[in-house]
Amino acid sequence: MIDAPARFASIADFEGFARSLRSQDRTGTRSVRLCMGTGCQAKGAARLYELFEEAIESASGRGRAGNIEVKPTGCHGLCQRSPIVVVEPAGIFYQQVEEPDVAEIFRETVLGGRAVPRLLYQDPESGRKLEAAEEIPFYKVQQRIVLSQNGRIDPTKITDYIAAGGYSALVKALTSMTPEEVIAEVEVAGLRGRGGGGFPTARKWRSCRSAAGGPKYVIGNGDEGDPGAYMDRSLMEGNPHSVIEGMLIGAYAIGSEKGYIYVRNEYPLAVKYLRTAISQAQEIGLLGENILGTSFSFDIQINRGGGAFVCGESTALMASLEGRPGEPRAKYVHTVESGLWGKPTNLNNVETWANIPHIINRGGKWFAGIGTEKSKGTKVFSLVGKIANSGLVEVPMGITLRRIIYEIGGGIRDGKKFKAVQTGGPSGGCIPAEHLDARVDYEELTNLGSMMGSGGLIVMDEDTCMVNIARYFTDFLLNESCGKCTPCREGLAQMRHILQGITKGDGQAGDVEKLQALAEILSGTALCALGATAANPVLSTIRYFRDEYDAHILDRRCPAKECRGLFIYQIDAEACKGCGICLKNCPVDAITGERKAPHVIDEQKCTRCGTCWEKCPFTAVLKV
Amino acid sequence: MNQDSSLIEQIVERYDRDVGMLIPMMQDLQAECGYLPTDSLRALAKRLNVPLMRLYAVATFYASFRLAPKGAHEVSLCMGTVCYLKGSAGISQAICKEFKVAPSGTTADRLFTFTAVNCVGACALAPVMVVDGKYYDGVTSESALEILQGLGPAEQAAQADAKEAAE
Ligand SMILES: Cc1cc2nc3c(=O)[nH]c(=O)nc-3n(C[C@H](O)[C@H](O)[C@H](O)COP(=O)(O)O)c2cc1C
Ligand code: FES
Repeated sequence: MIDAPARFASIADFEGFARSLRSQDRTGTRSVRLCMGTGCQAKGAARLYELFEEAIESASGRGRAGNIEVKPTGCHGLCQRSPIVVVEPAGIFYQQVEEPDVAEIFRETVLGGRAVPRLLYQDPESGRKLEAAEEIPFYKVQQRIVLSQNGRIDPTKITDYIAAGGYSALVKALTSMTPEEVIAEVEVAGLRGRGGGGFPTARKWRSCRSAAGGPKYVIGNGDEGDPGAYMDRSLMEGNPHSVIEGMLIGAYAIGSEKGYIYVRNEYPLAVKYLRTAISQAQEIGLLGENILGTSFSFDIQINRGGGAFVCGESTALMASLEGRPGEPRAKYVHTVESGLWGKPTNLNNVETWANIPHIINRGGKWFAGIGTEKSKGTKVFSLVGKIANSGLVEVPMGITLRRIIYEIGGGIRDGKKFKAVQTGGPSGGCIPAEHLDARVDYEELTNLGSMMGSGGLIVMDEDTCMVNIARYFTDFLLNESCGKCTPCREGLAQMRHILQGITKGDGQAGDVEKLQALAEILSGTALCALGATAANPVLSTIRYFRDEYDAHILDRRCPAKECRGLFIYQIDAEACKGCGICLKNCPVDAITGERKAPHVIDEQKCTRCGTCWEKCPFTAVLKV
Repeated sequence: MNQDSSLIEQIVERYDRDVGMLIPMMQDLQAECGYLPTDSLRALAKRLNVPLMRLYAVATFYASFRLAPKGAHEVSLCMGTVCYLKGSAGISQAICKEFKVAPSGTTADRLFTFTAVNCVGACALAPVMVVDGKYYDGVTSESALEILQGLGPAEQAAQADAKEAAE
């Protein structure tokens, strides 16, 4: 399958091969880059791929194909507009492509070199049709390093990765750097963990390298349990070799011969592509014994999770790798000294790993030049929720939340008002409008009562009830708590009980204070970070949206009109056309009115089920 | 039973009899049988020389393991934050009511097994429902029910055929 010798016996052999790939003359090659990420596949990208292949075949039958290729790639990022197709060499960016569009794209753009205006992105402000991705505001503000090859290369072809410069950092490390020098370079870069905690990567590596005993293990954390986050998924699906190369370099620096990647159970495509990537790397001698003929040996195995959020936590993850239930342990002894099977183990998030090749190739100084004083480089986020442009974005550290949400994300959907952005997943918090100018920086986000987290940015608008969101996360964590330590198991149950009461209109004066007291106990006494940070969603919403708690508790009113029973439905007599749909659908006959005349809801009979509100074709039913 | 013991043997050998690979072994077993049959678990425990309790602890800790047979189709509805914000709780209620099924349960006629999952990593398409590996985006209560009502035994047969052909 790979047009290369079975196994490179030396670095020189590999370099020769890589050079020939990288210097290939591609002039005259026309290429259709088709996003085959999960999002675009959901929208039928696989069928588009087949249609492009058929078009190429029939064109070549007529002798017109020349050098045309269709390349399935990972996520391009602008998932809101999926499926996405980019035609090279001009780089014309098409969005929301449907099956009938393929023929036109092929005829006009691939063969004719002209754009099809109908399928281009239209700038909502200027109304201009934009041809290249770089012109689109969503991409313009981003800085893509980790994702630089996502959407460009075919993740199932190691040759694509090598042609784009892949594995040159590994060669550089093996030929010109000692393990200590590798760690020093990562230290200069100031890289910190992308899995949530932000621990300095070089320091972790050094501790593991100098820990006594062996064998030593390195692990890639691809568990990505935070709901609302899919950065790691897109990275593993779009550029699996970048994670593998990072782990190879880390293993060389730490002195490890065995690695694991722990992938979330819900990510079948990521598992498949990682498996392919690993076996291709093994085939040509980039993984296995005596890599490229050197004395360095390293291999990677994939393990799938079992659908337990807590398994993203380091000690739980290792328990799971040992074939046990994923229960965390207290970390009096660090995992870098005693981790998997009691041996020194270095765990990093997959995005952390994917940064390594860039740092080795371009130098720690270059990396440290991006970002803020203590947060370096870029961060990948999944920008989702009530936002105009949902998608995967990579931005330099230090950029403000406002720029991400408004310049990249295009602001709030449907002309609604911004209320909060949730970062850090279930351990994070909700940041309100008055802090939109906060910068993306580990310390700054922590000071706001949230955290960097692994990269979910969930935007909420005026229709989202902040008490209900706090209840949602508490519920989530209670379900996912492993139950080993009492504060987490019982404390969360109490918090949920209180929050449920508040959202149902049974809140009591003093509830907020009780929640705060429970939160304090949790953060001080829980065994692992799941419990210790579990109260963050509650605390941050109390901190910024106390008025919403008070409205629920004291006035029995939900200002966002989300909590059932804490608002009522009324019919706007002006907007009502008297069509009778609400009347017909009301399950308790609470609506009366003559045809073609405004209807009314009997508040006594109404059970607030919301059916009329959903069914009304004229949005004449209001929540008040 | 004989076939069963050779399956266990295959799976155990695939991982060099390494007890540390218990979870992958159980995942493979479930992939073969659709769930974890008690007899197979017993055989696996015996083969690995570990107490059955240990397998049971694993099977009940991880949400993806099933101790009862599943329906002809697998339906997962995302309950992650984004899908929740966009109304997946209501969709779940609608499905449970219409098909008289509870989350993580199977319909009485074994048509489908319904699971509410945390996030399927396609948040830009929220709310998301996955049916037999196919992703549906932007679903509503109505469209979800429509999709599920369209699931038929005919498809079920076709699916079984395809599976056989693949094996
Ligand atoms: C409950 C819980 C869940 C976690 N989930 C993840 C996860 O899904 N992915 C991840 O990379 N780190 C996760 N972490 C953080 C890991 O424990 C660990 O800090 C991280 O993987 C280390 O890598 P890094 O230094 O590169 O960030 C989680 C932590 C906790 C407490
Ligand atoms: S929250 Fe539903 S796919 Fe992520």
